[in-house]
Order: sequence, then structure tokens, then C-alpha cells
Amino acid sequence: MGKSNGLGFWIACAVFLGAMLALTLVMKNEYPFFAGYVILQFIVLATAWNILGGYAGYVNFGTSAFFGLGVYIAVMLFKAIGAPIVVQIAGAALVGAVLGFGVGLLTLRMQGIFFSIATIAVTIIIETCVTNWKFVGGAAGIQLQRPPVMAPFDSYVKMLFFVQAALVVIAVALARYVQGSWIGRGLQALRDDELAAECTGVPTLKLKLLACCLSGALMSAAGAPSAMYLQFANPDSAFNLNYSVSALAMALIGGTAHWIGPILGAILLGVTQQILTVTISSEVNVLILGLMLVLFVVGAPAGLIGLVGFPWKKRGGT
Amino acid sequence: MSAPLLKIENVTKRFGGFTALDSVSVDIAPGERFGLIGPNGSGKTTLIHCISGALRPTAGGIVFEGRDVTGLPAHKRTRKGIARSFQIPRPFKTMTVRENLLVALDFASLDHGLSAAEQTSHVMSILERMGLATKVDAIASSLSQVELRKMELARAMAAKPKLLISDEAMAGLSSSEVDEVLDLLLKLSGDGITIIMIEHIMHAVMRFSSRVMCLDAGKIVAIGEPKAVMENKRVQEAYLGA
Repeated sequence: MGKSNGLGFWIACAVFLGAMLALTLVMKNEYPFFAGYVILQFIVLATAWNILGGYAGYVNFGTSAFFGLGVYIAVMLFKAIGAPIVVQIAGAALVGAVLGFGVGLLTLRMQGIFFSIATIAVTIIIETCVTNWKFVGGAAGIQLQRPPVMAPFDSYVKMLFFVQAALVVIAVALARYVQGSWIGRGLQALRDDELAAECTGVPTLKLKLLACCLSGALMSAAGAPSAMYLQFANPDSAFNLNYSVSALAMALIGGTAHWIGPILGAILLGVTQQILTVTISSEVNVLILGLMLVLFVVGAPAGLIGLVGFPWKKRGGT
Repeated sequence: MSAPLLKIENVTKRFGGFTALDSVSVDIAPGERFGLIGPNGSGKTTLIHCISGALRPTAGGIVFEGRDVTGLPAHKRTRKGIARSFQIPRPFKTMTVRENLLVALDFASLDHGLSAAEQTSHVMSILERMGLATKVDAIASSLSQVELRKMELARAMAAKPKLLISDEAMAGLSSSEVDEVLDLLLKLSGDGITIIMIEHIMHAVMRFSSRVMCLDAGKIVAIGEPKAVMENKRVQEAYLGA
């Protein structure tokens, strides 16, 4: 993997972005973009989750903390200075990276399930702070008026759809880089055995902090356009535990060993969720999500990419 | 005698009220084959942890090549040339043998300039010496116990150490396997690598060591020629509990 098909990867990215752009220009109906946005958002979240959860083995239940923080940084920047969407995303990514750094420091003292529980606590703390932050609407939430849409787009939702597609490319490219580089090998080593990694020269703390910052920045960036997408933000939905569970489930179902896993998982689950939401109800989503997660954990612990049997992951491993 | 490679100066380690190491001091010369013995719980592994950086001593210091490394994290000590194996093998189990060694090449020996081909030839030369060449693409979790022991030593070697600490690398092996690992360690010593060997298998310690130290309850009971240490009354008491 990696170097030999590097050019292929970037061509695929360009084709993907081009196709998404073409869709927004050709298709009149807004609904597919409204639904597609959610799937793209989950690709970013699952990919970001996998950098820490999959490569480094630190299971983060705090995706919703990063996502919600991203939403509210965007809200704040928009309300305070009328920042354009790109600035909202950049600001959210920066703050997300800082929060990631903080969460990374937790790994000094906590591993396994204890780390996971701590990340839930982080979510609750940040949600509580935002709930009491009057400037961004507090518990009641805040209505937002979209600014005029920029050319060449004819609707704001289509523009956000394209923005989220660009975030997908950034997230996947970063994850792919991490996986193929010495960073990825170091993370895999510390996931397998942190003390042995440290004693083999791996700067485990530095790598964990890096993974946390990257993962956090991407998650918050994915959340930033959400405020404008819904034209509304409130703490309940921005910090919804569903984001944490979905990101984790999508990465696990797709497979955590390769960057393509979270993409596959997010598409599979995201599309299923969208179809179920339209045809049955949004509550059934959660049930299906849970069922699929259980099925995959039992039947295909290496996820979709394990089922397909990618050549570089041989049998016999755990 | 030349300047010591490793100086252990009054190292004390307490866990709560329990003193695992009680001001242990010893110098280890370059090229030495140093055997470390003592009954279970005597502090051998704690001492190794303090040297490798897995634990910080409560008091005292570790000096390596004339520099104080007491405050350095383990990965920096590895880069300075202190490598170790573990009492219970700790492979990177989802990786192949090759990848296990590449971690050490990438991070410890800091040979970032090596091309993939150079890395491969380096990995293969280490594995051939260890008798593991046929397993280069095997996943670590599929290795047998003796293969795991060898891979741990190979991984430590890939870090290009000046000091290799072997923590019971022969535990649980059959007697022919013990000889295999012992021969490996002697070969490495022949290359000029200083080796500290912790072992319970006495004939291996006797055959290997140029000097032996016996710990009991965190204190040095005896240190010196292997034979003299074995005949020491207090060493025998410590082992036999008489």
C-alpha cells in the first residue's frame, strides 16, 4: 500500500471532488445533498476516530464532544465576527486540536476502558459549559441566518455538501499519510504494547498526542458546517451521544486496520440510516446500528476489509 | 579497567511502603557479560526497569556513557543504546516479524535515511543470525515461545544497542533451546555488546557470565566471579531459604 499507488489516490480524490462539484451544479433537487451531507460528515468523523481509536487503540467515546465543540466554535465565530464558513472550520479545527491535546494528556494516566470513560466525562463537561454559555444561546439553542451563497453554488446546502466533501478528502489523505508513515508504525506498536514500544525507541506520548490532535481537529472541523446546515444549534443535538457511537461503529464495521475501512463503514451505515430515517423512523436507526455492530464484532472482527481479505492483513493475527 | 558503560548509583525504588531496591550500586564495564541472579521478588526486574526507563528510581541515579539518564524517558534511553527484552515476551503481536524489527529501525536506531532495500537487508541479516530468517513474514502472534524470545532479542538488536538487557530470555524453554539462546547471547557479546543477563537457569548463568551479582530483598548479597558468588553462603541461603 502507499507509495506505489500514491498518484492513483490523488487522482481518485480529484475525481471525487470533481464529481461532487458537478452533482451540485447539475442536480436541481436539494434533498440528496441534504442526506449526502450527513454521510460525508460521518466519513470524516469515522476516519478521524480511527486515527486514535484504530491506529493507536485508544477508544474515544468523546466524538460528540469534538463535534459539538466544532459546531459551537463555528456559531461563536459567526455570531461574533460574521466569519465565513472556511474561517469557521479552521477555527473549529484549531480548538479541536487543543481539546485533542488535552484528551491526549489523559492517556498518560489512563488506558483501555478508563480512557474511554474519561472521554465521556469530557463530553459532559464541555456540553455543560456550552449549555451555560449565553452568547451562543445557552440551553435553548440559537437560530442562525445563512449568509448569501457563494458562486458557483445555487443553494447553501449544496455548498455545504461540497465543503464537507473537501473535508472528506483532507481527512482521508491525513489518515492515509499517518497509516503509511513511521507515525502509523509507531502507533501500531504502542497499540500492541505500549511499554515494549517505548523500550523500542517509540516516543509513545508524543505520538499519542499527535494522534489525539489530528483526530480532534478533524472531528471539530466536521462539526463546524453543521450549524449552517441546520440553521440552528443547541447543546442537546450538537453533543448528541449518537455521534460518538456512530463514528466508533462505522470505523469498527468498516475495519480499523486501513484508512479505507472507516469510509466503507460510514457509507454502509450512513446510507442505511438515511434510508431507514425516510422509510421507517429515525429511532430505528439506533437499533439497526447496534445490531450491525454486534453482528460485525461477532462475525467479522476485522470489519468489512477483513471480510474482503486485503492481502496485507494475513490470517492468524488477532 | 576502562570507564564504566553503565553506573548504577545508590538506586532505591519504593512501591508505597515496600522497598524493592535498597541503594543498589554497581558499575558495568564495556563488553562485560554480567549475570544478575536472585530469588523471585528480589528486585532484579525492578532494577532492569530502572535502567531501561520503564520505572523512575525513588532515589539514586543511572549514568550511561558518562551521562546521567535518570530523568530520560525509556525511548530516549533506547536511542542512546540501552535495549532490552522482557521476562514475558512482549511482541507487537499484530505485526509481522519484519515489522517488529522495523519499529526498532525506524525509531531507535534513527536510520531514517535507509532505503527500503537497505532496511530489508539489515532486518534479514539480524534474523539470519537469530535463526529466524524463515519467519520474516510471519505474524508475531503465530510464533512459538522460543521464536518469540529470539524475536525479542532480534528487535533489541535492531535498535543497535551498546547495552543489551536480557530479562529471563530462557525461561520456559527446553534445554536445547536454552543452549540456542545462550549461544546467541555469546555471539552478540563477541560483537562487543555489553550484556546484562537475568536468569534462573544456573548453568546458563555460570557459562555466560564474566561477573555475577546476586540480589535478595532489594540488596546486593554478593558480587564477583560466578563461582565465588555461587559458593557464597548468603547466596545459597537466599535461594534455599535456609
